[in-house]
Amino acid sequence: MARRVARVRLVAAAWLLAAAMPALAILPIQSWQAKSGARVVFVQTRNLPMLDVSVEFPAGSAFNAREKAGLAAFTQRLLQLGAGGLSDDDIARRIADVGAQLGGGLDNDRAGISFRTLTSAAELEQTLDVAARVLQRPDFPPPVIERERARLLGAIRESLTRPETLLGRAFSAAIYGDHPYGVPSSGELDTVAKLTREELVDFHRRQYVADRAVVSLIGDITRDQAEAIAERLTGTLPRAGTPLAVPPVTPPAAARQQAIEHPATQAHVVMGLPVLSRDDPDFFPLVVGNHILGGGGFASRINEEVRQKRGLAYSAYSSLAAYRRPGPFAIGLQTQKEQAGEALAVVRETLARFLAEGPTDKELADAKQNLVGGFPLRIDSNRKILDFLAVIGFYGLPLTYLEDYVVRVQQVSTADIRDAFARRVDPARMATVIVGADPASVR
Amino acid sequence: MPLKILLRAARYVAAAALLAAAAAVPAQTTEFALANGMRVIVREDHRAPTVVSMVWYRAGSMDEVNGSTGVAHVLEHMMFKGTKSVGPGEFSRMIAAAGGRDNAFTSRDHTGYFQQLEKSQLPLALRLEADRMANLVLTEEEFAREIKVVMEERRWRTEDRAQSLVHEQLMATAYTAHPYRHPVIGWMDDLRNMRFEDAKRWYDSWYAPNNAVLVVVGDVDPQAVRELAERYFGPIPPRALPERKPQVEPAQRGTKRVTVKAPAELPVTLLAWHVPVLRDPERDWEPYALEMLAAVLNGNPAARLNRTLVRERRIAIGVGASYDSTKRGPGLFLLSGTPAEGHTAAELEAALRGEIERVAREGVTEEELRRVKAQVVAGQVFQRDSIMAQAMEIGGLEMAGLSWRTIDRQLERLREVTAAQVQEVARRYFGDDGLTVATLDPQPLDRRKPAALPPGVRHGS
Repeated sequence: MARRVARVRLVAAAWLLAAAMPALAILPIQSWQAKSGARVVFVQTRNLPMLDVSVEFPAGSAFNAREKAGLAAFTQRLLQLGAGGLSDDDIARRIADVGAQLGGGLDNDRAGISFRTLTSAAELEQTLDVAARVLQRPDFPPPVIERERARLLGAIRESLTRPETLLGRAFSAAIYGDHPYGVPSSGELDTVAKLTREELVDFHRRQYVADRAVVSLIGDITRDQAEAIAERLTGTLPRAGTPLAVPPVTPPAAARQQAIEHPATQAHVVMGLPVLSRDDPDFFPLVVGNHILGGGGFASRINEEVRQKRGLAYSAYSSLAAYRRPGPFAIGLQTQKEQAGEALAVVRETLARFLAEGPTDKELADAKQNLVGGFPLRIDSNRKILDFLAVIGFYGLPLTYLEDYVVRVQQVSTADIRDAFARRVDPARMATVIVGADPASVR
Repeated sequence: MPLKILLRAARYVAAAALLAAAAAVPAQTTEFALANGMRVIVREDHRAPTVVSMVWYRAGSMDEVNGSTGVAHVLEHMMFKGTKSVGPGEFSRMIAAAGGRDNAFTSRDHTGYFQQLEKSQLPLALRLEADRMANLVLTEEEFAREIKVVMEERRWRTEDRAQSLVHEQLMATAYTAHPYRHPVIGWMDDLRNMRFEDAKRWYDSWYAPNNAVLVVVGDVDPQAVRELAERYFGPIPPRALPERKPQVEPAQRGTKRVTVKAPAELPVTLLAWHVPVLRDPERDWEPYALEMLAAVLNGNPAARLNRTLVRERRIAIGVGASYDSTKRGPGLFLLSGTPAEGHTAAELEAALRGEIERVAREGVTEEELRRVKAQVVAGQVFQRDSIMAQAMEIGGLEMAGLSWRTIDRQLERLREVTAAQVQEVARRYFGDDGLTVATLDPQPLDRRKPAALPPGVRHGS
């Protein structure tokens, strides 16, 4: 068996340098500023007659005041439910009639819409017409606001019966305190109940501004078309003139643990703290280290210790999310409630050992081969590339980000990882939340 | 992981081919068989230097027998536990170290294993996959650990999710004789009592080249794939497969109802009717009309259920309709919904049925049909953005006994469906006697009391 593994590794190593790099060179990203002030990021691909576009703004849940929790998400949700004189039905019909797909998203930092359309003239034109109205002229019709409020309140009430939701909310509150990243993006029952149309209109006017917009495009269109589309989607939005700041995050000063009772058969466990920002100097050691610790699926330590060796959980992982300000590092699992204490002890021990010793040379080599060797998989569809373009545009990353990624991952050493984790992932400042366990069983 | 995708069939399984007129590069698909009966289907897609390789076994939970439900899925987990030459967990580690991702899925109809890789790594995937088709080592010790993982999966996926429980009960009620009545993950008590010999028997029965299809999609040369397939899978001898009994579901003779009480806030109503599925892509017409009916009801944001029940009448906060024409067993047409505050599950049930009755009475408009067909045409272009989606489509059809070669024809047939045909299936299949209704009766969350165990059952195993 050892021989077999060794042979595979040699083949992979040789291929890493030979094949991965040319694959990247075939993704030429163009970027410019539209006359509207929007930043545009574009890749032309000619082999399928389709176009994917996203238009995003700094309009995520970080821009909610705590007493207006849910405002950002509710504004985003209402964009395509009445705009430019078209009703929600008109919008749905016009998009469906040309086989297009219109969606959108929201996270801590970003909010906006995305769409996918055929590039044949009539289909493209109709999709763009609707998208331009949705972005620039949302109507926020009062009856639609009330209907959607009722649906949202129902969904929040339902979600508050689920252990995952209770866990996520308590964890965010514990690690972010009063910072807006700690406010639930869908809002609270009492804040959503009070949101007014004026607040939605005002949020759109303040946050959906042309000179903070990022338009990402990939598909079968020319540069001239891309320029015209970006202008059309953002040209009539107001300008802000100033960039927008998210307040800094202060990580918790001490460790704390919270137990929430729940009748589920499993306990849900999460522990962590805010760690990774988009411009983090430790970005690559932390990302590669997390891959080894618990982000790399079966090949990672937490999965190995909790699931493969002990059968304690179906899902056991660590995750690391990057935002403008530090996003959460989290270790999570679910296990039948009597085992919660045992599983938590295993996770703590695994983390402590990783922090003390860092990864082995072999673990690091394997992780690099996965992250670098697997890079072509991350950019083998328009949809995946669009996500990268949006991140590059929004956070102002260099257009060479994808090429750099490969190089920077390869530069990471075991010492870099040990050093970065020791400084940044401090168990003495971590919050732990357990939903559904007998409090006596977890210490 | 192996993160089982409990395959909820894609709505447009049939609509997935490429439209030669719309796509710039037509897809080249090649099929051949090895001497041992294993079939290989290769779709070339040269857009990126990547490949997805899938081995599909025509053995899913519908092939299980009472007392051993869940064994198809348990074996899927055990397939990562090593062979004579690869240690436990090494399969995934080797794929990861080659820059790849791997996983597997079990459904009622089949079990599938896949690897996504840079194209030069395809031989590794095929070598490892062939190895575990023939040389799996099942030990009592690995089994004892993994069955605990599977029980945790069932707790996570089903036991603690009210919506999953009500769906499980819908299936268990709608079918009396057909094994579709059992959940893919298995009943908890069957998992508790499963032995390593059950998994071994399953492997010995079904994991043979003559019960498998290899699907490779990506930047590959079919001739090279053929040589690799012959080298790695060719030497594995075929085996006689167990007899598959038809287990035909007897005709239902009246509405069946089931209520599930579980911690939740909002009720859920699920309605299911027995309907035909696609057996002969050329002669059948009803499955195409049923696909169109599901799409007119819920195939896009402008579709009927959302428009009338959520937006206009506001008696639901969410609705759904689904129908999968591509499966080995009998078909179901499902409607679902969550009532809005101030409305009951019974009201929503009546309203959902009212929408079917309206189609039966008044038909659908040409405009609605045109809209749904526009989705079909665009959907086949969009699907080509993903080699994974293409491989899933090809494999799913083959497992249901439908050739990938019929994809284009199925698409044409879909586009030929008339409003009269949609009306006809709405009239024909949605009476009271073939209906099953499952309702979630939400219970308050009593935080102090853990869910009771059935009597005589010990926790864990």
